[in-house]
Amino acid sequence: MPLIKKSIPLIFCLSFSFFVSAQTDLDGIMMTKKNLCIGPSYGHSSWKKYWEGELLRTNENIGTISTSMVNIMGNYGITDNLNIIFGLPWVKTSASAGTLHGMQGIQDLSLLAKYRFYNKEFKKFRLSAMGQVGVSTPLTNYSPDFLPLSIGMHSKNLMGRLIADVQHKTWFATGSFQYMVRSNVQLDRSSYYTTRLYLTDLVQMPDMWNLNFRAGYRKGEMYLEAVADKWNTVGGFDIRRNDMPFVSNNMDAFRVGVNAKIPIPKVNGLTVVANAMQTLSGRNMGKSLMYTAGFFYILDFSKKKA
Amino acid sequence: MKTQTKLNKIFLFVSLLAIGFAACKRDLKERTANIEALNPINADTNAGNWKPILLSKPDEFAMDAPIAVSSPDYKLELLEIKSRQNQITDAERDAMEYWASGSVMRWNEILRELVAKYNLPPYQNADGTYPIPSAANPFAYPNFPFSNPPYAARAYAYVSAAQYDALVAAYHYKNVYKRPKPAETDKTIQELIPIAKGYCYPSEDAVAAGSAAAMLTLLFPGEQEFIQQKLAECKNARILAGANSRSDMDAGEKLGRAVAGKFIARARTDKAGSAVGNATDWAKFESDAIAKGETPWISQESPKRPPMLPLFGKVKGFFMDSAEVASQRPAAPPSTNSDQFKTETEEVYKYSKEYNRTNLAIVHRWADGVSTYTPPGHWNAIACEDFIGQHWSEVRWARNLALLNMAMFQAAICCWDAKFAYYNPRPSQVNPKIKTWTGLPNFPSYVSGHSTFSGSAARFLGHILPSKAGDYDAMADEASNSRLYGAIHFRSDIEVGLTMGKAIGDKAIALAIIDGAE
Repeated sequence: MPLIKKSIPLIFCLSFSFFVSAQTDLDGIMMTKKNLCIGPSYGHSSWKKYWEGELLRTNENIGTISTSMVNIMGNYGITDNLNIIFGLPWVKTSASAGTLHGMQGIQDLSLLAKYRFYNKEFKKFRLSAMGQVGVSTPLTNYSPDFLPLSIGMHSKNLMGRLIADVQHKTWFATGSFQYMVRSNVQLDRSSYYTTRLYLTDLVQMPDMWNLNFRAGYRKGEMYLEAVADKWNTVGGFDIRRNDMPFVSNNMDAFRVGVNAKIPIPKVNGLTVVANAMQTLSGRNMGKSLMYTAGFFYILDFSKKKA
Repeated sequence: MKTQTKLNKIFLFVSLLAIGFAACKRDLKERTANIEALNPINADTNAGNWKPILLSKPDEFAMDAPIAVSSPDYKLELLEIKSRQNQITDAERDAMEYWASGSVMRWNEILRELVAKYNLPPYQNADGTYPIPSAANPFAYPNFPFSNPPYAARAYAYVSAAQYDALVAAYHYKNVYKRPKPAETDKTIQELIPIAKGYCYPSEDAVAAGSAAAMLTLLFPGEQEFIQQKLAECKNARILAGANSRSDMDAGEKLGRAVAGKFIARARTDKAGSAVGNATDWAKFESDAIAKGETPWISQESPKRPPMLPLFGKVKGFFMDSAEVASQRPAAPPSTNSDQFKTETEEVYKYSKEYNRTNLAIVHRWADGVSTYTPPGHWNAIACEDFIGQHWSEVRWARNLALLNMAMFQAAICCWDAKFAYYNPRPSQVNPKIKTWTGLPNFPSYVSGHSTFSGSAARFLGHILPSKAGDYDAMADEASNSRLYGAIHFRSDIEVGLTMGKAIGDKAIALAIIDGAE
């Protein structure tokens, strides 16, 4: 019978515009050795207003852009201090107005290694710190050159994150900082204009960073938290007046939201998760409301086979 | 403890991988960056005898004789070259190498960049109407111009044709004044780049630059500062390279501007300025189509945008007058009530429904929509990249681009004439289930602009580079099909457009055969 041990697994995806990442890459908790937490989630985000540069506007020729996502996530404890996290999303987009065709398909596989290098109980609280590195890579040949309807950016990404977590009784706070290096992206066309004309099909992608803060109540298998989140693109350019978005735009967003995790009574190892995030301010991004829901199951491989 | 060490090693390894990934900085190699310097096999020193386009004769514009190479003032010019060569900076060397690839090609790229920059449809007014860019105030929103495909086709034609005529005049005067190159007068001057055979007054680079700068200032009046900066860079590069002295460059710029003046006067009266039309014109297209019992084109934009340059079919081209354009208009498309129209609509719906990554790549390769240099610009890019290996003189470069671009300008006129004579709806208008794989252009469907442009360009380029004729035809077919795959055009639009374009390409070939360059 699968067992939940002292660390609390919690996985669900969140989408940031076109980015999909695992909750567990943001939180301050670890999966126990030889335990696998795995499950599907469904996410939906939509926006009617978007920032063209810094100007918030609507566009009657696209109406509301909706993105649906099904994500298979997993987190495996190699040891109590080293976890491997993966995510594999399928994404579908559509526009409520205009003639542009929506797109769908398998997006980017992400693979992360998370390592807890510090974990200490003090008199009144416990403090832990984690480092994480990971990569994501597109699994299909989808086109990133059809924004805002492309299902992703099609860059290979390399991510590094530092996480600090403090817990006092049932109250906790987690802060993390991530830096993401993005590879060039290849377009189907042989030239493009950003702030000048480029005679190549390759686009240099600006790097990104993310600052994430979350705090709330954590007891046993239950979890309730508030989140504030800032994504920033290091460089990139603004969408010009009435232009279309482009892969190497300067995409920024500040978002707030809530996460909840509820254990299913009488089914050991099964949890339901739900999440909502609202973008409050941004740049070259949709002002989106996103929600996700999913369930996860823990498999314990640590027991010796009979 | 042992496990801990092992884990630390793994973590260190992954971290090193990360640093390695970040360190391999993702540089871009642009196709025409760091290309070889222009070094013509044949300098075409007789090009002063080639037939110009607008000039009545090569010396229609008088040109002053240069100061003697023995004069003190000329010696000062040579001193300027030497002293600047002695203190050349890295930035100057980069600019010199950039311009050494050829003034005509680089100005073509600059024009393409401006077209891409200005190829943005204006945002609507609060009352749902649309503002029209004004040449009188290019800095106010919406910036002038909106360099959409017809505007761009005309711009490429005028810039290339003005450069060609100015270069014919320049090559004429080279042989009149016979000024030797700086290094021939002063052996201590280094030639830092390959320099074409023939005389150096006026500088062909400066002539191409002066004529282009004058035309670009008319076409992109908000970019004067940028244009002046490029002009100064081009002139400096030649002096620094030891290819020309200052008076070669100044005289060249002056001649280029003078010849461009003739093209500017023509452009001001070619009816492009009134191609936007007015509300009465727009309503009449619709009522005429209804009177014929056809479904008229309706803008699919929201709010409804007036069609793009509906009177562009009346613009004066270089190959055909308005009466000839109207007389050679293709036959009407299948009636919107006909079975064939239904069949063709079904075919478009099939391409809309079925996602096909190969077709999508074709659609996007040729989309050339908003914020791009448009289909004529795409064909200029194809042409220039193939011309690089030909080692032509500047004047031959200009001549081939002029004929190519006059053909595509004529293609734009003939295509727009047909579009507004028939005012045919787009597939997604008659079947709203049709969703498109690229942006839907805001003008009638029949005939396809991409197909007409591509047919004319491919046919002419096949004449210039016969060994690539098959490739160009295949590209034109692909460009044409891309509009059907993208679900924005019917089969009739693309097939008739391609045929019409090829006939226009033949007109350019007919001129090429008799202009003295072949």
